[in-house]
This record gives sequence, C-alpha cells and structure tokens, in this order.
Amino acid sequence: MTQTLRLLGRMLLGALGVLVLAGLWEAYKALGPDSGVVIGGTTILPRTTDLAMPHVWEMITKFSDPVASFSGGDTVASAVWSACLFTLKLSAIGWVIGVVIGLVLALLMTRFRLAESAMLPWIVLSQTVPLIAIAPLVRRWGSQIHIAGWTWTSEASVAVIAAYLAFFPVAVGALRGLRSPDSTHLDLMHAYGVGWWRGLATLRLPSSVPYLLPALRLAAASAVIGEVVAEASIGLRGGVGRLVIEYAQSAGGDPAKPWAPIFGAIAVGLVSAGAVGLIGLMCRPYRRGETA
Amino acid sequence: MTLADGGTAPLRFKPFHDSRLTTLLAPAALGVLMVAAWQLAVDSFDIQPFIVPSPHAIFDQLVESRASVWEGIRGTGRNALYGLLIGAAVGIVAALLSHASRIIDLMSVPVVAALSVVPIVALAPVLYTMFGAAANTARVIVAAITVIIPVYFNTLRGLRQVKPVHRELMTVYAASPVQVARAVTLPTAAPYVFTGLRIASSLAVIAALIAEYFGGPVDGLGKAITTSASSSNYPLAWAYVFGSILLGLAFYLVTLLVELRVSRHGPAT
Amino acid sequence: MSSTHPDGPIPANAVEVSGVSRVFPRRQGRDVVALDDVHLTVAEGEFVSLIGPSGCGKSTLLRIIADLDAPSAGSLSVFGKSSRQARLDQDYGIAFQQAGLLPWRTVAANVGLPLEIHRVDKGARRQRVGELLEMVGLTDFAKSYPDELSGGMQQRVAIARALAESPRLLLMDEPFGALDEITRERMQTELVRICSETGAAVVFVTHSIPEAVFLSDRVVVMTPRPGKIIEIVDSGPDTGERRDDDFRDAAGFFHTVARVRELLHGSPAAAALSAARGVENR
Repeated sequence: MTQTLRLLGRMLLGALGVLVLAGLWEAYKALGPDSGVVIGGTTILPRTTDLAMPHVWEMITKFSDPVASFSGGDTVASAVWSACLFTLKLSAIGWVIGVVIGLVLALLMTRFRLAESAMLPWIVLSQTVPLIAIAPLVRRWGSQIHIAGWTWTSEASVAVIAAYLAFFPVAVGALRGLRSPDSTHLDLMHAYGVGWWRGLATLRLPSSVPYLLPALRLAAASAVIGEVVAEASIGLRGGVGRLVIEYAQSAGGDPAKPWAPIFGAIAVGLVSAGAVGLIGLMCRPYRRGETA
Repeated sequence: MTLADGGTAPLRFKPFHDSRLTTLLAPAALGVLMVAAWQLAVDSFDIQPFIVPSPHAIFDQLVESRASVWEGIRGTGRNALYGLLIGAAVGIVAALLSHASRIIDLMSVPVVAALSVVPIVALAPVLYTMFGAAANTARVIVAAITVIIPVYFNTLRGLRQVKPVHRELMTVYAASPVQVARAVTLPTAAPYVFTGLRIASSLAVIAALIAEYFGGPVDGLGKAITTSASSSNYPLAWAYVFGSILLGLAFYLVTLLVELRVSRHGPAT
Repeated sequence: MSSTHPDGPIPANAVEVSGVSRVFPRRQGRDVVALDDVHLTVAEGEFVSLIGPSGCGKSTLLRIIADLDAPSAGSLSVFGKSSRQARLDQDYGIAFQQAGLLPWRTVAANVGLPLEIHRVDKGARRQRVGELLEMVGLTDFAKSYPDELSGGMQQRVAIARALAESPRLLLMDEPFGALDEITRERMQTELVRICSETGAAVVFVTHSIPEAVFLSDRVVVMTPRPGKIIEIVDSGPDTGERRDDDFRDAAGFFHTVARVRELLHGSPAAAALSAARGVENR
C-alpha cells in the first residue's frame, strides 16, 4: 500500500514540476518585455509576443485543430500520431542495428586486447563526426545504390544514422560490463576449466547487465534523436522530423503549431527509453550489484 | 626457460603484448588502413563524389580552403563554447539543487527526462522564432541544452558518492554546510563533473553545428557544408565536415586533459 | 589518573551513561534492541574498552556518546554536558575503523582538517600538525597522499587527526580492525604511549580480547540481543609495572583474558553465539 502511495506521490511531484515550468513560461510571457531582454545587442531572454511565445493552453488545444486551415481535414493530433509511429518504427530498427554492432564490437574488444587498443580510440572519435551533418549528402545516395536487388531508400539512410548514434553507448557500456568481473571470479572460471565462450555466457554477460541496461536506454534515446534530426534534414515524408520543419514554416501565422510535433518527438523518445527500461525489469536478479 | 623436470618451455615472443606499442601503434595502424581502404574503394569502384569523395580529393580541398574552414571552425566553435559554459553552469547548479532538496529532485524528473530526449532539430526553429533569426543565441541555447543533460546526471551522481565515513567526520567536527561542501562534497564530486563535461564537450559542437542547418546567420561550419553541397562541391563539403571533426576532437581532448589532471587524487570514475 | 582538589569543584566524569536504550524499528518483524538499559561511567583519563560479539551494541553506544545517534531512552552526559553540546564544543576526537582520510589531501592537510574547520590560523596549524605527525612517527610522510600509505600508516594519520585539538576524550571504533596482527600489536603499544602523554580518556570498541585487556583500565563485556553489559573487568599490570610489551607475557594478563573469555562464552548458548559471531581469541 505504501509502495503505491509513494509512486503516486512521485508522479504528483513530477506533474507539479511540469506545471511549475508552464507557470514560469506564462509568467515570463506576461511580465517580460515584448522584444525580449536584450543585453549588448544579444537577446538573452526570448521575445514575449504571441507570435514568438504562444500560450501554453494554445499549444495544447492545437492538437485538436485541423492541420490545414480548411475544416474537415486531419487533425494535428492524428498527423502527429501517425508521424510518431513512423519515426518510432524507424528508430527501433536503427536501435536494433546499433545494438548489434555495439555488442559485436564490444565482444571483439573484450576478446582481443589488440582490437581494443586499435578500435576504441576510433569508436570514441566516431561520435565527434557529425554524421547528421552528412545527412543531406547521404540523402543523395538515394536511388544510386543497389544491394542485391534492393534499392537504398531514404528510410535506410535515416535508420543508419540512428544506428550510428546508438552503437556508441552500447559498445562502451558493453565493453565496461564484459570487463567488469574481478580477477577472483575469472580465476574461478579458469579453475573449473571453463573456456572463453562458455565463460562469456556464465560470467561476463550476466556481470555486464548493470552496465548494459543504462547503455541500452541511452542508445534508445540517442537513436530517436538521431532519427528525428536526420528526418528533418532529409525531409523524409511520414516522419516527425519533417512535420517539425513543415509546421515551423507556418509559424508566422500559427505560432502554436510547431510545438505539437516537438511534444510528439519528446513522447517518442520517452516511450523508447521507457520500453528499454522495461527490459531492465526482467533482468532483476542480474542487477543486484548495481550501484548507480 | 628450464622446467622442473629438466625440459625446456619455448620462449614466446609477444610483441603485441607490449603496452606502449599497442596503445599508440595499433589505432594509428588501423587508421592508416581505413584511409587506404577508402581510397582504394573510391578508385577501383569509381565511386562518384556525391556519394563519398576520395580522401585525396578532400585533403586537397582542405588545404586549398583552409582559411574559410578555419573561419567556420571559429564560428561554430564560439557557439559551442558558450553553450558548453552556460550548459555546464546550469547543469551543475541544477544538480546541486536536486541534491539539496528531494522535492526539487522529484519535481524535476519529467522535465529533465524530456530534455534528455528532445531532438535538437525540434527546438531550433522555435528558438529562432523566439530569439530572432539574425542572432546566434538560438544555436548557443541548443548547445547549452545538449550540455545540461550529461553534466546534470554526472554531477548528481558525483554528489551522491560522498562516503558515509566522511560525512560523519564532518558531523563530528560540527562543520557548517559550506565547510562540508568545500572539504568533502565538492572534491568528491569533481571527477564526476569533469566526466560529464568531457561527454558534453563534443556534443556541444555537434549541437551547435546542427542548429546551423535550420536557420540563423551565415557563419559556421554547418552553413558552409550546406552551401558547398548545394553547389555540388562535395570534396569541399567533406572538408568542412573534417573541420568539424577536428573541432569536436579539440573540445574533447581539452576536457579530457583537465579531467586527468583533476582526478589524480580523487576517486576513479 | 584523576586529579583530586580538596577544595575545588569536583571534576566531571568524562562520560556518564545512565539507563540508555536504543531501539531500531523495523518495517517487518520485531524491532532490534541494540542497547537495553546500559549504565557506564568513564572517569577522566581512564581507558575503557567495549568488547562483545557482533550486534552487542558496542558501536551503537560509541556513536551515541559521539552524538552521531540518539538514545531511545535514558540519558548521558559528556564532561557534564549533553552529547550534542560536547560535540559542538569539540570536546572529543574520533577514529573510525576505515581511516576515513580524504584521498585528495596530503597527510598533513588531513591531520590539519579539524583545525582548518575550526579556523585555527595557518601558523598555529602548521606547528600543531608538525607536533602530531612527530607523535605518531610520520613526519617524513607529511606531503604524501593517503593512497601511498599502508593501512597501519593511514590509521596513524587518523589517530593524529583525532588528537589534533588535544581532546580530553578519544572515541575509537575498532581502529585496528583492518590491520594485520603484527602491525596491530605495534599500534597498541603506540596508543598506550600517546594516551599516557596526553592524559585523555578513551572509549575503545574492539573485537579482540587480548587487545582490550592490553589497552584498558577496565574492560566492558557486552552481549547481544538485547545489547547489555554483562560485567566490567578491571585490567592492567600490577602496581609498579608498566603497560608495555612485558605486560603481554604477565600472568595477570592471561588471567584477565581468560576471565573476559569466560564472560563472553558464559552459558553454552552464549558460547555458540560468540563462536558464530566471531570474537577473536588470539
């Protein structure tokens, strides 16, 4: 009983936090100067006109409005919903690819010290490459690449970018986890005559769970972020990213509209991270050593 | 070497196990291999520049346009730096607040979670509207938000690492909260803060760069990449990309060096 | 070592514990009675050990004296004041089982930590730290960091730190517990020397019977569940003899050790308990 009360309490406080944020937004909007707070030529705090900062309730009611100005079309809510599903699907594919690659790399690096020395610096470096910046260049690959009768699609480019962002936390987290058993445990396996691969299943993989789970969650969030940004820069039809750009273009007349896909993108990210978190629930016994 | 029974075990020469050799040579060798394979692939498969140019072509462009690449680096780098500093300050303060008050901690959970999954592209257009498209402010804010998240989580983690025995020592000394912070809490948290900064450093660069794609003034590497790509000068576009890699790497290395210096006597992460 | 002034005020005892109980409430099952109606007096300059199997409440009692915990019932006074006041007045020094040195500070900075917090000026601080390091024999390591020292050396630093403000009372919670036997005996001899030099009262928690007997004027034998004092045994060399390594071989020493062991083992039930809970008989 106290458990559920605690959970409720937390949720209430969380909701309160969101309300406080909304309250701050409205308060600043009401009290702040129209052209924002400008110090030395730079705008430090935003402009408070209705065009620049729509009211919070306008953002919420926007969901039930039709997308186009003529009535009888799709509502913003349904447009954002289907876009979110599309994005979620592609991010999931990207996540799976990224996780597989990350795990394979981590296994290689655990097995062969030389592989770790050679590859780890490049793996870390890979995250300084703004692959997303290359997205427009990658988009041109489009119909030019054929692999075994399947043509490279824009969806594939976007999923690859999501995978690129997802593989890094998994590779690093899995590496740390696979290397985490201390020498006492390793000696025990050795004394039992357990080979490397069997030791992997019996010792290394279970020990790596506390490290792998947060990494998988982070990878899920990263995959969504990468997915949305890639969609936006390519302008991929059907995705939330494109909606963000589209609606932003009509911000001049309809300032609340761009916020709808923003909330949608956030929702996709939270759902993805939450889904991976559920996997964590299933792995309870392996997490008993978890500290952080 | 002679064994107890008089036999000899073969001498094993293990060059790959010499750590100094492997730490530097191995990644360097791999890098050279990758670039060579790239060049080979471009040449032998006659890959068009719009897919990916050869390393040689990119290098040529880089040398030729080094002045404007440098300009781009300065532009994006400035925004990334401001974003890093602001984001770090906000992240650290927020972590201190969450550490001090359980209520604030619980209230901030959804907001922080939302910020940690928000894609930069989603915020850039509205930020440009809010702050005006002629200024770099939106880009700095985007970078700052990207920085806040890792700094917040790592700082909070560090603040929670204070050992009970140290805390009790401070109670025994009847130390004031400020003294406790200076003597124990902050030194314990410092290595974690720097880890957060290290993670955030290259993210700041990428965020600043991506923000450039969605509006704002003409300076910066992101703008340069789009303009050269739209004029089909792909080697130049990739040269700018290379510039952004250098920038991100520079940010990362600087924070790494600072972290190594500070961690000497603190707990290992 | 108590001073007697015929016409002056009677000196307060270092510690007076009357009827102290401490109960830890549990969410499920019965509450844990860590201490049950404990009475104890420690005179000024007296060395008292608390010994007993795990769960007998000795560490809890020490923490209550240190104002790191509060009793559920009963009262106590430290130098005639409440434990809280004694803590705020910094009347005692404490040494924990893990040395608890701050890893980012040098040995000298660690020893000077309480002085720094209580705003002793730099010059006086440096001088006092020098004295303390000499007392524990670590002058050469003033600029070293804790991770460069052995366990025994770290404990010596912790003891030096505990003595920094010349407290009249030292509280020590199994400070030698993590050390090997050889180092332990050496540290015990050091501690005896330091205590005779400073004249401080000491409340010392330990698992080891020989250690308790060697160090103390009185050994307080405790038993768990609920935590109670069974008996208090006098200990020490014969009059005229000194508390040094010869004392370890004296007949009186073994006699006292046997007495304490007998008390700890007591009934067959208690014997089985202490065997399981690990009181050392070395």
